[in-house]
Amino acid sequence: MKKRRDIPGKIAIGLTGMSVVIIIAIIVVMFTVIIIGGKDKFTWEFLSTFPQDGMTKGGIFPAIYGTALLVIIMAIAAVPFGTITAIYLTEYASEKSVIAKIIRFAVRTLAVVPSIIFGLFGLGFFIKFVGTGIDTAFLGGNLHWGQPNILWASLTMSLLTLPVVIVSVEEAILTVPREYREASLALGATKWQTIKKVVIPGSLQGILTGTILAVGRGAGEVAPILFTGAAYYLATLPGSLSDQFMSLGYHIYIMSTQSSNVDQTMPIQFATTLVLLLLTFVLNLIAVVIRVRIRRKQYK
Amino acid sequence: MKEIKIVAKDLSIYYGEKVAINNMSIDIPGYKVTALIGPSGCGKSTFLRTINRMNDLIPSFRHMGEVTVDGLNIYDKDIDVVNLRKKIGMVFQRSNPFAKSIFENVAYGPRINGLKAKGQLEEIVENSLKKAAIWDEVKDRLHDSALGLSGGQQQRLCIARTLAVNPEIILMDEPASALDPISTSKIEELIHQLKESYTIVIVTHNMQQAARVSDYTAFFYLGELIEMDKTKDIFTKPAKKQTEDYITGRFG
Repeated sequence: MKKRRDIPGKIAIGLTGMSVVIIIAIIVVMFTVIIIGGKDKFTWEFLSTFPQDGMTKGGIFPAIYGTALLVIIMAIAAVPFGTITAIYLTEYASEKSVIAKIIRFAVRTLAVVPSIIFGLFGLGFFIKFVGTGIDTAFLGGNLHWGQPNILWASLTMSLLTLPVVIVSVEEAILTVPREYREASLALGATKWQTIKKVVIPGSLQGILTGTILAVGRGAGEVAPILFTGAAYYLATLPGSLSDQFMSLGYHIYIMSTQSSNVDQTMPIQFATTLVLLLLTFVLNLIAVVIRVRIRRKQYK
Repeated sequence: MKEIKIVAKDLSIYYGEKVAINNMSIDIPGYKVTALIGPSGCGKSTFLRTINRMNDLIPSFRHMGEVTVDGLNIYDKDIDVVNLRKKIGMVFQRSNPFAKSIFENVAYGPRINGLKAKGQLEEIVENSLKKAAIWDEVKDRLHDSALGLSGGQQQRLCIARTLAVNPEIILMDEPASALDPISTSKIEELIHQLKESYTIVIVTHNMQQAARVSDYTAFFYLGELIEMDKTKDIFTKPAKKQTEDYITGRFG
């Protein structure tokens, strides 16, 4: 019998193979261009000094510092809040609970809202409503909290990253075996004692994963901080929550669109991009490693 | 005269629409070992989990009738289920030590009861491990992870953890079904020692085990209690034919 030629099959294999090659090629080209463009600038001095001469020379230290501060405050806000939400959804809400369904729907929606909307929301809610409210109520109308600052930017960013935290923690809580909860309850522990002493310790890695993913996401986003706290250039580091700050993502945007001398800032743009890319890449890698470890533990 | 510890009267249990136990009554004596036997799905585990209200965790669970422990209706509104579970310990089919040290596993119960004094905790841990016949094997590595122990050791650790809360009743849900014969015989030996001071109810699929460890045996079938009697009577001259068929291996 003659072997039948499976033409559709060959086309399918060809197409899938091509897609893989294209994706890998994009990543390789992207990294290569950025590394080549930025490698000469990528020095310790660049990482540790302030921009100079209208940002055509010098380093990006304030942007790194600002980004770090942003994600730390963001995590302080998003992680406990997200963890508590995840605990409610997994431990307290019954399967049929309408409230739980609404929360889940809200979390999913929050996850797909474009980031610029978060930026506008932050401006409208945190700055104009909360900030101006505080100024009017406690500071006799003096403008202090009713303007962009690192606190409002961080809180806005925490809203954006909240779904990431909630989903990661939820996943981790679900991997805590039912047997542990039963053992704890059978020993006369209350539900809350069981959550505190068995469920949360068992989910710590998941909480950590969620935190890292959220930080990775938050470090790269620009739109949410555009109106809420990021500054074009600052001669000093932010010293309080009501100060503005510089950030890596925003710095790249400024350098590439607002600079008077794009040729001169080009290497700085590349090197800044490299820093941001490495930062998010490393954070995601750590999160992946922890996730794999959780899965292994689960199937043991 | 034997003292009755646990009584179920006209007890029916439902999971949603499904009937798990159908209008059953049983008296379980104190300071004895009572074995619950019967084919899978006969309701014996369901009944066991009713005694410490572990079934409360299942949303579709409903019951009718009455279960009393020391004359108190445990489903009464005034009953504090947390205190009830302190009085009624449970050992599960799959050994389930927490991912903590051996010491912390045993100290878990006393700690959640608010005991903080280190000396007292150490004493309770040592006593509980001794009573569970595992002290000699673990005394030099109390602060190692409990997950490093063998299956049989883990199960005895779980028994020690239960004893540390000082319960009156210990419920055992097929405690040896996942263990090798040597570990199983250690658990059985332990049950023998424990019945001096505790009322034990054990679910088992193993006829020989029921015959070896228990004073009384209750045979369940399709959600009903077919008969209950002294173990030696059940195994030598059962009153019902269904019981005889089951223990001789003709079905189930």
